[in-house]
Amino acid sequence: MTTDNATRNSNLDLDNLPLRDLNAALQGAEEGGFTVLNPGGAHALACGLDAPVEVTIKGHAGYYCAGMNKHATVTIEGNASTGLAENMMSGTVRVKGNVSQSAGATAHGGLLIIEGDASARCGISLKGAEIVVGGSVGHMSAFMAQAGALVVCGDAGEALGDSIYEARLYVRGTVASLGADCIEKEMRDEHRTQLADLLARAGMDADVADFRRYGSARQLYNFKIDNAY
Amino acid sequence: MCGIVGLFLKNEALQPELGRLTALMLHEMCERGPDSAGFAIYGGGDERAKLVLLSKTGEADFPALGKRLGEALGADVDIETLHDHAILRTNAEGRAARGWIIENAPDVTVLSLGKSIEVFKGVGDPDRVAKDFGLAKRSGTHAIAHTRMATESAITTQGSHPFSTGADTCLVHNGSLSNHNNLREILAAGGERFQTENDSEVAAAYLAHRMAEGDTLNEALEGAIRDLDGFYTFAIGTADGFAVLRDPIACKPAVIAETDDWVAMASEFRAIAPLPGVENAKIWEPEPARIYSWSHAA
Repeated sequence: MTTDNATRNSNLDLDNLPLRDLNAALQGAEEGGFTVLNPGGAHALACGLDAPVEVTIKGHAGYYCAGMNKHATVTIEGNASTGLAENMMSGTVRVKGNVSQSAGATAHGGLLIIEGDASARCGISLKGAEIVVGGSVGHMSAFMAQAGALVVCGDAGEALGDSIYEARLYVRGTVASLGADCIEKEMRDEHRTQLADLLARAGMDADVADFRRYGSARQLYNFKIDNAY
Repeated sequence: MCGIVGLFLKNEALQPELGRLTALMLHEMCERGPDSAGFAIYGGGDERAKLVLLSKTGEADFPALGKRLGEALGADVDIETLHDHAILRTNAEGRAARGWIIENAPDVTVLSLGKSIEVFKGVGDPDRVAKDFGLAKRSGTHAIAHTRMATESAITTQGSHPFSTGADTCLVHNGSLSNHNNLREILAAGGERFQTENDSEVAAAYLAHRMAEGDTLNEALEGAIRDLDGFYTFAIGTADGFAVLRDPIACKPAVIAETDDWVAMASEFRAIAPLPGVENAKIWEPEPARIYSWSHAA
């Protein structure tokens, strides 16, 4: 298929279409819905979208799926591999299954919803996006997270929030350990409001009262005024 | 990159399917390692020692080698040739046979030694390597396989994975080690025989050496976490066991899936997706520096 006849609810079958052609079709569309068939774990699916299109991937996605996403809504009806929605700017990415490491890495904006588990380094260097995980996250999640929020309805692995800046972390289950300069913080009304909103937008059935909040103790080098440039 | 896969069957009824399922998994990892490939398959214990040999030049005279070995060790030797490989069966002590071949047949690499393991390797398209050595038709209890994107040493058949230096023990590796030269010298001084310059062979020899000294597989892997420096995801096979280990940073990918019928590991989930019953599998990514192991002996 070509960009010109990309219409609502087009099917794009990776068994018949080269990956580059599929991505070009998605990137060229201004609007409409697309269903990607037989993704077969291909890498870089639906990357670099910058229009309010809706993409549904029927199966498992490989590395860097929905990377750099802007405005688009991408739904993966399967698992996704390393670097899902890395550097997302806006829009929504939802995964029905589990995701591999570095989901939402450096993402600036938008909402990333992972219905299953995320593995290591979820939300590493987060720069403003919001991530809601229905299951658990692996070790070193939210490492050096700078802004945005990470909600974990399950448990968090070792070294959560190591060297964190201003991102907010909400965890319902246990935290294996906190990373350097990451501490538990008080849940105030503004946090309960934010968390309730995130859970609602993600469609997660969880009680705000069951969560704890974690964030930066602001004790590392960069927080000391004497070290400012 | 590099792609690794492993499949350990818990349900005996699946044993005739082992090769076919492993070939499906290997196929999904072709893009991660188009340079070369190899696989180890474990099936039915042999009474005699079984060695798989590779002709480095493709021109080794395996029957003549078998005759010389038999005369030297005073043993019966049978040879079965398959492309540039041969399966050698002997009533001689396996380790002695391996040592003799390394010493006396410089144009031959010993790919594996044991009673149940067989290792096959080749350069080029992994699917073709699997086809050449009839992977899909092989049965067995467990298998591990590798597709290689070479970084640390040359693209050669003997530099392909799996690496096996000790009886019925083998290893595939995604990553690179940084202290392998030093460790190779230490292990060589302890009697280990090396056949390549590859870092992963050192890891295989380390585990084989520790287990020959009396360690269990888990104890040897605990030692590996302490003594090996570098990046790694390993899949390891023994006569009746299977294990997965990632280094303490765990940046090389790995995913494990387990059902009542099998345990599978791979670099990416796509290699596990074709397995029967995967929709009900427990799926997770192994944690850093944590040993995951399964055994038929337990």
